[in-house]
Amino acid sequence: MSDQHIEYAALLKRRHRISTCFEWVCRIATGSALLFLAVLLAGVIWQAWGWLDIEFLTGFDSRRPGKAGLLAGLWGTSWLILFTAIFTVPMGVGAALYLEEYATDNRFTRLIKLNLSNLAGVPSIVYGMLGVTAFVRMFGMISAADGWTLAVSLGFGTLEIPLPLGRCLLAGSFTLSLLILPVVIIASQEALRAVPPSIRHASYALGATEWQTIRYQVLPAAIPGIATGVILALSRAMGETAPLIVVGAMSYVAFTPGNLDTPMQAVQDPQRVLDAPFDVFTSITIQITNWIEQPKEEFQNLAAAGSLVLLILLVVFNATAIVIRNRAQKKISW
Amino acid sequence: MPTVLPTYAIDQSEVLHVDAAGTRSAATKGQTPITTVRPMVTKQPTGEVTQPVKIRAKNVDFFYGDNQVLHNVSLDIPEKSVTAFIGPSGCGKSTFLRMLNRMNDIIDGTRHTGDVLLEGSDVYAPSVDVVLLRKRVGMVFQKSTPFPKSIFENIAYGPRVAGLRNKAKLNEIVETSLKRAALWDEVKDRLNGSAMALSGGQQQRLCIARTLATDPDVVLMDEPASALDPASTARVEDLIFELKKNYTIVIVTHNMQQAARVSQRTAFFFQGVLVETGDTRALFTNPTEKQTEDYITGRFG
Repeated sequence: MSDQHIEYAALLKRRHRISTCFEWVCRIATGSALLFLAVLLAGVIWQAWGWLDIEFLTGFDSRRPGKAGLLAGLWGTSWLILFTAIFTVPMGVGAALYLEEYATDNRFTRLIKLNLSNLAGVPSIVYGMLGVTAFVRMFGMISAADGWTLAVSLGFGTLEIPLPLGRCLLAGSFTLSLLILPVVIIASQEALRAVPPSIRHASYALGATEWQTIRYQVLPAAIPGIATGVILALSRAMGETAPLIVVGAMSYVAFTPGNLDTPMQAVQDPQRVLDAPFDVFTSITIQITNWIEQPKEEFQNLAAAGSLVLLILLVVFNATAIVIRNRAQKKISW
Repeated sequence: MPTVLPTYAIDQSEVLHVDAAGTRSAATKGQTPITTVRPMVTKQPTGEVTQPVKIRAKNVDFFYGDNQVLHNVSLDIPEKSVTAFIGPSGCGKSTFLRMLNRMNDIIDGTRHTGDVLLEGSDVYAPSVDVVLLRKRVGMVFQKSTPFPKSIFENIAYGPRVAGLRNKAKLNEIVETSLKRAALWDEVKDRLNGSAMALSGGQQQRLCIARTLATDPDVVLMDEPASALDPASTARVEDLIFELKKNYTIVIVTHNMQQAARVSQRTAFFFQGVLVETGDTRALFTNPTEKQTEDYITGRFG
């Protein structure tokens, strides 16, 4: 073997060593992340053990740890996420469709697109302050002292809308919607951009209008991506605490929004459904925060149990959404 | 002088005709065999347009932003014949093709001057509805773009968006369109199967069938065979030849033999200028411009 070959062989060994080293660095990075997650989970489960039972899920908060439950928070979070989804999905997807499909590319639209990313990075507490001003106080246009109620009769009940909205569940949902809108818009834009332009052109060339092209070609192809963005954003909203505190979620509530304790009551007494959005509220995260702050040791176990419930909810929520998304995706492939 | 190539181009068409004949017999059963159509190319009289003009472009300039890509293009496209646009990449032939059904409207920052007349009326007039225009002037793209749906849904899309709901009528349109595109025999048993499962050549014929389903007068084809293998190319070319009986066809192609085989008239574009246009045979045998001669003899491009 010539010198050149020997040198090459030596260098090759070194190159392989570096390659193996890097693989291990990546392994350790993944492993440590998993380890921290496992420790966290184990800690929560260990603390929550024995506290997460039916009474915990069906009871209201109490000064005595043994009797305290999460029912108000469970209903509060469910209502919050329901309304947040109702407001966010049409607005977010609509805005993304306008920006990607209709708007011409000029300085103004570029400015909007740039600032969407900035808005997605704004701390959530700032959205809480915006929520107080815009929704709870309604910019002080109507002072809380001489506030009035707008009553709309719907046949099966009366929709009573307080003005200003005050510290009600709907104000919380509006705030959470503002918080996640930029994320939903950006994710939807990306999903729309991933649809090949050739599909749009083919549709236009066959004499379809813009709306028909969007409705029959672009949206079906983009829905899996949009759904992923919406799910991630709603999961984030579910875990938010700070903006809800600012908006005025109650840390101690011994009733559910609209006094609706079981889904059956919604059928038996529809008025409760209409009352719920305008009632005071709490959420799982707020209850957890409240328990952590309590001096009694047992409340820490309650906080862990609450965290576990939130985690399980998130996992179930994401899993369902992934199944739905995959089913939609199966129909579309190119 | 281009003494060799023109004969080569015609020889090539004879060769293709012979070896495509075997594969063709199954698919075009019941249709006029291509063999009777082919000789029409040779019978085509050299000289000016004899058929009525379908599309007339007058002094067309086109700009992407500040970049002018078409310079003063004036051209007549005769009815029920095949007109080929040839020229090197970036010469503006595709841009000009896309002007004919206003597909360039989709691109931001484009503008044009001059007129494009379809049967004498300006397609860029404010009163023109582009949706109707694109129904009348259909388009087949270079890359086949089947929708990720069934074969049936692909063909029915055009009539459906136009408002046709009658199932029997849709069935009929799907069948005739597929037959015209010489695809019916291959797919009639799997109309509800995914269009994405078809081969490349079948997908392109599907796209042609889809365009025919909207009942256009004019079919624009932007390099319809450039991504296909020789056998599929031959089938698409046969199809184009067949279609010209009922439709006005404009085809952009990089392949000069293809232009020679399928078209009656050819227009040569170079650097945004329409250098020469004329009867295909005449243009290939006896080009009047030096640039045309250089291009068709393979000195550049």
